[in-house]
Amino acid sequence: MAQGEIVAGCLAPHPPHLVYAENPEQNEPVAEGGWEQLRWGYERLRDSLNGIEYDAIVILSPHWQTYVGTHFLGLENFQSLSVDPIFPNLFRYHYDMNVDVELAQQIHDKAGKAGLTVKMMTNPDFRVDYGTITTGHMFRPQWDKPLVVISSNRSSAYYSVEVMQEMMMELGKATREAILESGKKVVVLASNSLSHRHFTTESEIPEDMSKEHITSHAMHLWDMRIIDYMKSGQCQRIIDEMPEFTEQAIAETDGGAFTWLLSTLEVPNYPAILHGYGTIIGTGNAIVEWPVYKHKEV
Amino acid sequence: MANGEIVESFVVPVHPHTVLAPEQNEGWGRLRKAYDDAAKIIQDSGADLLIIYSTTWPSIIGHQIISDPNPEWVMVDHDFHELGSIHYSFNIDVEFAEQWNAENKSRGLQSRCVNYHGFPIDVGSVVALTLLNPDNKIPAIIVSSNVYADRSETTVLAKACRDLVKRTGRKAVAITAMSLSNRMFTEHIDPKDDRIHSLKDDEWNQKILEFLSEGRLEDVGQLSRTIQQQIRVQKVVNFKPMWWLSAMNDNRNNLTGKVLAYEGIHGAGCAVVNLNPTPSGFGDKEYDEDDVEIFTGERGVLDSNVEQESKVETSEGPALWEPTKAEGSVNTDAAPKPVGAYPHARRVGDLIYLSGVGPRQPGTNEIPGGPIHDNSGKPLNYDIKEQTHAVVNNIARILEEAGSSLDKVLDVTSFLVDMDRDFQGYNEVWAETLGKVGPTRTTLAIRALPTPIAVEMKVIASV
Repeated sequence: MAQGEIVAGCLAPHPPHLVYAENPEQNEPVAEGGWEQLRWGYERLRDSLNGIEYDAIVILSPHWQTYVGTHFLGLENFQSLSVDPIFPNLFRYHYDMNVDVELAQQIHDKAGKAGLTVKMMTNPDFRVDYGTITTGHMFRPQWDKPLVVISSNRSSAYYSVEVMQEMMMELGKATREAILESGKKVVVLASNSLSHRHFTTESEIPEDMSKEHITSHAMHLWDMRIIDYMKSGQCQRIIDEMPEFTEQAIAETDGGAFTWLLSTLEVPNYPAILHGYGTIIGTGNAIVEWPVYKHKEV
Repeated sequence: MANGEIVESFVVPVHPHTVLAPEQNEGWGRLRKAYDDAAKIIQDSGADLLIIYSTTWPSIIGHQIISDPNPEWVMVDHDFHELGSIHYSFNIDVEFAEQWNAENKSRGLQSRCVNYHGFPIDVGSVVALTLLNPDNKIPAIIVSSNVYADRSETTVLAKACRDLVKRTGRKAVAITAMSLSNRMFTEHIDPKDDRIHSLKDDEWNQKILEFLSEGRLEDVGQLSRTIQQQIRVQKVVNFKPMWWLSAMNDNRNNLTGKVLAYEGIHGAGCAVVNLNPTPSGFGDKEYDEDDVEIFTGERGVLDSNVEQESKVETSEGPALWEPTKAEGSVNTDAAPKPVGAYPHARRVGDLIYLSGVGPRQPGTNEIPGGPIHDNSGKPLNYDIKEQTHAVVNNIARILEEAGSSLDKVLDVTSFLVDMDRDFQGYNEVWAETLGKVGPTRTTLAIRALPTPIAVEMKVIASV
């Protein structure tokens, strides 16, 4: 069996507003557009990977929050209605997704051997979180690739960002090793925003873009700093500054997805492609690709 | 209709173990038994409304209130999915939900009702309602816990609810679905090995339970920030349910408390506590924070520029006056200031005559539902139902100050600036509120009112 590989890694945020604004048939509410900078960013990401072959998508979403270890979806198919508990007016999505249970089990086993607490989720009534669905839809709306869905262990809340980073670096290594051993070609997605201070009010027309902006200049500065690091291939600096970034920008990196992503990519030192940046109810969101396939060792 | 009250209050745990696996651990079984005992207390109380403030339903855009009359689905816990699924079908008091939502808005809170098929009722609410109201006999209300809310906002949320309970004559049970210490074991454990996570957590939990068993609810409320620091996982959710529950009980320290059970669930401190309003004679409160009625905190990030502009506009409206104080006058800070030299009301014998009451809000002077035009006279879209609700709420506050209440209103003269547009919405709110009391009513169309409002009422009530 040929060695598996990660063909690309992406920062792929999940605010439900993006799906809402796209008006896919699966989502019940109807929008007049909105958040185009980010939706166009997703378009560029999809175009960029068009023609790149891969077998599965691995997502870590901060909205499947687990406190007892890291969990993996463990059934082949999930279909139901996902209603966002915070923005139910925007996101009521009928999903039907397939899971690569074999790969999920392999990552689960690898992570367990590495000392992490892990569990497979095999309850058929389980409702998949809206973060996973939003990222899954925006990344590949045809839903024709099986997913591996990994929960967000809240170790940053229980202990510290430093402990979270240690665990997510380990989970990233286990994910990478399992993918390489699986013989599959995989895209890994970290489903999270950067700065994450929300507005606490919503405009009458949620997609009214005259109301959209970053919540504060400080948040903007942090987002730009992190983006500069990504664009210039300085991901180790992101890891190094993650505690300050997470605390001061109230960043969604507390969920561990970003650290895990960088670990699966072995903390890349080559430039990432920034496909888009924009705010959603005040939070900072970037769509970023690390085109691993362009940097393979020959 | 008036003289509603909180007949019982409860603190209950949120984890699904008490529903799905009480037999797997003796402590879980004792919590389940306590849940069943609590259900019996509720049944015997004659309660006609259960109000749940759930810490496992975080919200960002203000507070959200379930208004689906019959939410149904299957709930699976994100962590403990291996325990199984809970099928739920609840009976929600939609009318109360909508009234509370309107009351919240009239007090400066961001609030909205949620009525969508398939909305995921949170685990804490599902567990609490499943066990406390097993046959759905008593209609329920579920409200979220806002991530950013601090004490003032949470207190106003509770007072809006509490005053509505009183005004509508309900016999309500206030319930907080919550853990005490919420640090769980981060690894899988055998159920038989379950216990409180640490000695420190246990000691703090015992301290909280000692206070509650003595009926000292407000004291626990004042310890909330310390408790959050000491035994709560940071950034999950602030320890604010005690603020809500205390305000629902008039911030009292002399309730009659009883701890029905206290156990660990996967390390978290879980208790079923009953707080009865019967005075226990223990201690007066020392309330050391602002006793807020209206939330005036920052909630306008989105519209900061617009808001500044509208404040300028407001300053160009009619000047506000201090209410006059002739003999028999009744004035209150809980009603908006007059736009001329007159009192909010005047009492003569057993009758109370109110000055014309509009929807403007005390303190902020904001108009729920929005003004009908801007300073240049350009018409704006507005919500007549919200404005009418706000008028009724202002009337209720003035009557309360006068020692009366809504159910003693005898005669109302209503003024609408756009009869064609607004009569239906106004009439619907009337039917939900004063219409149930039955005063005589006259509704007139007029050209304008002094402020950009659409409705005003002139009221006569008895004491």
